[in-house]
Amino acid sequence: MAAITTDQHGHGGHDGDPNVNYLNNTRGIWSWIYTLDHKRIGLMYLAAVIFFFIFAGVMALLVRIELLTPGRTIVDPDTYNRIFTIHGVVMVFLFIIPAIPASLGNFVLPMMLGAKDVAFPRLNLLSYYIYILGATFAVISLLSGGVDTGWTFYTPYSTTTNGAVVLMVLGAFIAGFSSILTGVNFITTIHKLRAPGLTWSRLPLFLWAIYATSILQVLATPVLAITLLLLMLERTLDIGIFDAHKGGDPVLFQHFFWFYSHPAVYIMILPGMGIVNELIATFTHRKIMGYRAVFVSSLALALFSFLVWAHHMFTSGMSEYANMVFSALTFLVAIPSGVKVFNWTGTLYKASIWTASPMLYALAFLFQFCIGGLTGLFLAMLAVDIHLHDTYFVVAHFHYVMVGSTVFAFWGGLHYWWPKMTGKMYDEKTAKRVFWTVFVGYNGVFIPQFVLGSRGMPRRYYDYLPQFQTLHMVSTFFSWILAVGLFWMLFMFIQSLRHGKKAPRNPWNSAGYEWGAPSPPPLENFVKQPVFTRGPYDYHLATDAEIAED
Amino acid sequence: MSEAEVADEHHDDHGEAHGDHPKWLQHHWDTPAQQFDAAKIGMWAFLGQELLFFSGLFVAYAIYRTWYGDAFAAGSHELNRTMGAANTCVLLFSSLTAALSVRSSQLGKKNETTMWIVLTIACAFIFLIVKYFEYTAKFHHGLLPGSAFGTPRDMLTFQPIPGAHSPAGELPDHTHVFFSLYFVMTGIHGIHVIIGIGVWAWILKRNLRGDFSKRYFTPVDVTALYWHLVDLVWIYLFPMMYLIDYVAPGHKG
Amino acid sequence: MIHLLTSLSLTPPPAAFDLPPAISAESPDVDWLYNMIYYVSIFFTVVITGLMLYWVRKYKRQKGDKRFETPHYPRLEIAWTVIPCFFVVFLFHAGFKAFMKQAIAGQDALEIGVRGQKWFWTFRYPNGREENNHLYVPVGHQVKFVISAADVLHAFYVPGGRIKKDAVPGMFTTLVFTPNVLGDTPVYCAEYCGAPLGYPEPALDGAPHGGHSAMMAMIHVVSQEEFDKFVKEGPKKPEGISDADWGKKLYKENACITCHTTDGSKGTGPTWKGMFGHNVELNAGLSGGMGSTMANEDYVRESITKPQAKVVMGFNPVMPPYKLSEKQVSAIIEYMKTLQ
Repeated sequence: MAAITTDQHGHGGHDGDPNVNYLNNTRGIWSWIYTLDHKRIGLMYLAAVIFFFIFAGVMALLVRIELLTPGRTIVDPDTYNRIFTIHGVVMVFLFIIPAIPASLGNFVLPMMLGAKDVAFPRLNLLSYYIYILGATFAVISLLSGGVDTGWTFYTPYSTTTNGAVVLMVLGAFIAGFSSILTGVNFITTIHKLRAPGLTWSRLPLFLWAIYATSILQVLATPVLAITLLLLMLERTLDIGIFDAHKGGDPVLFQHFFWFYSHPAVYIMILPGMGIVNELIATFTHRKIMGYRAVFVSSLALALFSFLVWAHHMFTSGMSEYANMVFSALTFLVAIPSGVKVFNWTGTLYKASIWTASPMLYALAFLFQFCIGGLTGLFLAMLAVDIHLHDTYFVVAHFHYVMVGSTVFAFWGGLHYWWPKMTGKMYDEKTAKRVFWTVFVGYNGVFIPQFVLGSRGMPRRYYDYLPQFQTLHMVSTFFSWILAVGLFWMLFMFIQSLRHGKKAPRNPWNSAGYEWGAPSPPPLENFVKQPVFTRGPYDYHLATDAEIAED
Repeated sequence: MSEAEVADEHHDDHGEAHGDHPKWLQHHWDTPAQQFDAAKIGMWAFLGQELLFFSGLFVAYAIYRTWYGDAFAAGSHELNRTMGAANTCVLLFSSLTAALSVRSSQLGKKNETTMWIVLTIACAFIFLIVKYFEYTAKFHHGLLPGSAFGTPRDMLTFQPIPGAHSPAGELPDHTHVFFSLYFVMTGIHGIHVIIGIGVWAWILKRNLRGDFSKRYFTPVDVTALYWHLVDLVWIYLFPMMYLIDYVAPGHKG
Repeated sequence: MIHLLTSLSLTPPPAAFDLPPAISAESPDVDWLYNMIYYVSIFFTVVITGLMLYWVRKYKRQKGDKRFETPHYPRLEIAWTVIPCFFVVFLFHAGFKAFMKQAIAGQDALEIGVRGQKWFWTFRYPNGREENNHLYVPVGHQVKFVISAADVLHAFYVPGGRIKKDAVPGMFTTLVFTPNVLGDTPVYCAEYCGAPLGYPEPALDGAPHGGHSAMMAMIHVVSQEEFDKFVKEGPKKPEGISDADWGKKLYKENACITCHTTDGSKGTGPTWKGMFGHNVELNAGLSGGMGSTMANEDYVRESITKPQAKVVMGFNPVMPPYKLSEKQVSAIIEYMKTLQ
């Protein structure tokens, strides 16, 4: 039984010309600026997020260099504060939130649905320009001196400090609407544009993750928007909502901020988990164990994420009762996270495993997500969190979830879908070397930070006592290895664009729906409207032709 | 189900859709129903985010009203209930006209649709004009947010008005927080009304151009959905700001 | 529950793995929990990573591999969903119990006021005495900190006591701590609070630089007698130094140094070099309409006790008020006179 009506011979284009695809069907800069094609918009997002990733990554390197020695290493304290603020704001609002859903998600979501485009293509393009507008305000803020508030913008510091805080906050506010509109678009697309035969129980797990993410984007981001708006008004008009000197409550700001920013953590991690599902299924040639449990756990994480925001505030002066409730709810998160990890690991049992470069990122994800998740247990436990809160332990913990998990998944997904997006292969041998460099560098940066934190080194410190120096030096040293790995990766992809071999339709022998289209796909993705008669991971039902390279 | 059957069945669907693929049906949809449903889902999701957007303000209101009950009661007394009530009626009526515009466009009655849309826009303008007079009065009495509280100012130039009287001095502490929330909440609501006017104007233009028919009235429908939300938010703002006389325990009202 | 488990003499983990030396009666519970969850985490990471690596090796893809449907193990799936539920309930309960010990003070706890401001800590003893950056507490006596903030958020963090609480403008927060080891232990600020301009010396000797990171204090755990003696004695001029030298010492200890330079360079506040005895240009809008004033004894005294009364042109009104004795203010004035 064949399952997907695919273009087995790689014919693309409207009139069947295999050389016409979405990249070359129209030409010129304006054909990109005005494009409504989800694939081009996805690529435009990809370029933007990679740019901001490099920019904020360089800021992180500067932070690490400053911390190489106690006292002044390269900059003075005020500059240091501005640098780590830029790193945080840009990484969170301009890189990691749009990174997976808006770039890779935009590209593969309609393809995985067997659709021609997202539900609202014009809204999709608008979201992109709103994102660029927000980013522009953030950049203007940086050019006029930057801000030194930290990415959390806690009041009353953010309402009293000097600097272009309003511009930066406005940038985040605007970028938030891009996120909301993308969420609206994806929810609608998944509801209304599934190809014939694509039932909910066949929906690829990446799309379940994107679906859960979109719900969070739509319901949580507006709370950030109103919070940032009130913050701007507090700063300009002294409205007295968040400033204690005017009758307001600084802790209310924290509640508002985390009511968004905790779900935002899941906006970041859920798509990463989604990618890992795709990678593990493809490279083990089997369905993820407990498909149902895995997508239910995605939805459960989305739900729980709304109930645990105040675990960022155990030391903020909330009542003991509130601390108790939020600690208990926080532990709930461990259950669906554990279910996912167990299912991914279980899928490997008796599978047929190909450790190609994308799979290496998925396996690294599994290892690093274990560490990120288990260190979360320390922080959920009230008494222990009191000691570890706002120390390097927290810094290491969330970098293990954000970088070790989400960004590794992003890199894995980028390797995995690169042939489909560009029609070019990259050099697999180089990719494996890059992986090991990045893996070693990354873990070397953040493992010492766990130790620093448990020994009592608070975060956002410009300077530290001599007893912490060895660990800081180790961390900084590995940050250079990580940087080398990342620039190497960038170089590898550029080389692939210039000299890469032509990619076959299905280089990873995947049974996933998106691989049924040619590489790169034509304008409307599939030559013939696909009809799905099996799930995306039903390798035992997929024909040899379907999972063949061409 | 064999592959052939599925493909055939689908082919039939597709053929039908293709044979009848009107101009207003975007290329990536198969059927008008699919496009209509999608627009509805999208708008409802958007309204979900609107609710959450206002929810932060409602939470702030709840907290500060509990903290500064007498200030909120005193601040509420400074508002003009007549104007507020009039505006409530105007907005409620505009929701009716918005709903009627959907109905008439569903029936393909283009001229009637035009009339209902014009009435809706007119109501929106009346609402804003009344709001303008209310705001001007607050500015002249120095009932302003935050640190501007207590200094009477001109609304358009924001210059202080020398010699003007402000009741601010006689009001309880923290009444400025009430006026901060009053201006932020009604202000954001007002911005939604202005955006609504813009969208209605565009819908009016499209209606006059003859874009809508019995089979295609999606934009009118979703715009009316948005307009109902704007109305709904005001339905909560009016009692919260104008009507509630909160009396703190042990305080004589 | 913790005590139940420890009394069962489950092998107690080695004391304080990667934690700073514990100095309070509340610490051991926290350390026990930390170590327990530490080993649990190591166990799970090793098992999952180990299985992963083993299977990746063992089930490497071979040519001609058949593709099977993934088997379904409902019992296993239920087990790994339900069993962790019990485990996390235990973790929550244990963490909460240990937390409550730090939260509730006994009747006879010694109440110490803690005030955070940019960028130093002020401690207030029950008899009204205030001291910057040095806190003396009697060993074995429960202390209740009542924490407040003068400007922005700070957090009072004592790693040795495993305690931390934010200092929030507009409210008081509390924390309980029973020191049981004699000696000194550092206090950090754990809530980001900015930095001064330039690179001034920290108020506490040996502390790191840079505002937020320089906001370090020292807790001295001493015997009850020593404590009583310390609290009774007011601040005294050290023997054998001039008034100007004492002023210089106070300039550093009271963190004047973070904002006011003595070499004429720009800081968060006006430099003291060449200030005393000269006219200062004021920000009239913030100084009750006064455009300039003579920097004499009276002006300096007022600027220390009521810093917002007159604000120098080009600076923000951000200085917190100080409570210094007459003698201390005079010493600072003597020091300022030397900076011409």
